[in-house]
Amino acid sequence: MLNKIQQIGANTLAIFSGLGRATMMLFGALFGRPRPIKAWPLYIKQLYVVGVQSLLIIVVSGLFIGMVLALQGYTVLAKFGAEQMLGPLVALSLLRELGPVVTALLFAGRAGSALTAEIGLMKATEQLSSMEMMAVDPLRRVVAPRFWAGVISMPLLALIFNAVGILGGHLVGVDWLGVDGGGYWSAMQANVDFQQDVLNGVIKSFVFAFIVTLIALHKGYDAIPTSEGISAATTQTVVTSSLAVLGFDFVLTAVMFGG
Amino acid sequence: MGSDKPLVDIQNLTFRRGDRVIYQDMSMQFARGKVTAIMGPSGIGKTTLLRLIGGQLKPDEGRILFEGEDIPRLSRSKLYRARQKMSMLFQSGALFSEMSVYDNVAFPIREHTKLPEEIIRLMVLMKLEAVGLRGARDLMPSELSGGMARRAALARSIALDPELVMYDEPFAGQDPISMGVIVRLIRSLNDALGLTSIVVSHDVDEVMSIADYVYVVADKRVIGHGTPEQLRQHESPLVQQFLRGEADGPVPFHFRAANYGDELMELTR
Repeated sequence: MLNKIQQIGANTLAIFSGLGRATMMLFGALFGRPRPIKAWPLYIKQLYVVGVQSLLIIVVSGLFIGMVLALQGYTVLAKFGAEQMLGPLVALSLLRELGPVVTALLFAGRAGSALTAEIGLMKATEQLSSMEMMAVDPLRRVVAPRFWAGVISMPLLALIFNAVGILGGHLVGVDWLGVDGGGYWSAMQANVDFQQDVLNGVIKSFVFAFIVTLIALHKGYDAIPTSEGISAATTQTVVTSSLAVLGFDFVLTAVMFGG
Repeated sequence: MGSDKPLVDIQNLTFRRGDRVIYQDMSMQFARGKVTAIMGPSGIGKTTLLRLIGGQLKPDEGRILFEGEDIPRLSRSKLYRARQKMSMLFQSGALFSEMSVYDNVAFPIREHTKLPEEIIRLMVLMKLEAVGLRGARDLMPSELSGGMARRAALARSIALDPELVMYDEPFAGQDPISMGVIVRLIRSLNDALGLTSIVVSHDVDEVMSIADYVYVVADKRVIGHGTPEQLRQHESPLVQQFLRGEADGPVPFHFRAANYGDELMELTR
């Protein structure tokens, strides 16, 4: 019993010290000597690696999720003769919920795990240490570009996910199941509010981007520099950021759409 | 700046990791323009010492002076400025794996100067020529052998002509030929560029052949120091065991364990 209490205490302390270290890392990366001109190519490269290279999985998943939404939604709506509401159903589900959340989960698995493994391996092979010894701050040289690349690219990816999903819904609903095409778009236009739905979804996505990228970078930077350590850190990135995204999603949804 | 003053002066250094004491009240001096070696059995924290000098770790007590400045008490920006005058060759080489050899060597120059690319190119080629890798400039680190990787890392560490180069186990895991190359390079670069070198190693013969001064560290302190000739005559049995590579002596062959006979009897019981 005493051991268990002790364990809980130790775990809590570990969580808080981890949060502290992550915050320190973030501050070190964001508030130092900025050198935008020299660092510019680094940012572009990371935007490509983190953002553009995640595009395929985002587009394919978006397409299929939109198609499944239309298929499932149609069967229910058809029972009530409300097929013309398929457009808003697909669009609202994607914009408010599935777009930001699924993008964040996919991003954690695709880009987050890669960031953790890359930085963990750089640590294990003493590349970060040697950078420090060359008087180059690895937080600014390595962590900052990856952080901004994640924060910038995830909301964009979520928007692409939404757009492709809506097209996927159109493909199944209109082209296959025979819902009226004009009705699909006009009902969507009438029922989707820019600020309430689109903007809130983008805000969600920014929050998730911040969380997932920070967790991925922190887990890599804090990894035990052995092969087991890096593998554990990569797993933790995916698990922790997925759970954090789902938790924050509930809170944000309650605040934005709850009442 | 008096040239007789040591470049690095460690005074009464105590360093602990958790409850474990790594160094207890240890002092060392590293003279300018010399190759000074630190030898000792593995696991006594020789690499730790280099990290302390580089300011990556902070000592619990004592001072670490580099050009008269106390490294652990420097502000971050001053520490970074001091680090531009020192460099460290890591055991693994620690080349940046996503850059070619050329870009690796150019990295510190690009980071710390605003020189045009043509001049950077000249500097990089000169450094690569010094380590015999001018022809390998377009290779990626993964395409290099262990010895070549270390030489490329050496070229990178002298890219900005530092005052101090610290070598962390430069001979570990090298074949005899590349070991010979690196031994010769450390000495010749030290003399040609007027560097001060600190070599951490436990390869006794190689170190004794190039070092001007040697510290033998064991058991949290310096157990012997002097020129290689002086050390060979040293009276400490521990120093002698280390230099001759004897399996048993003051450092026991066996890790501490319960009585052998008792343990065997337990099995038969």
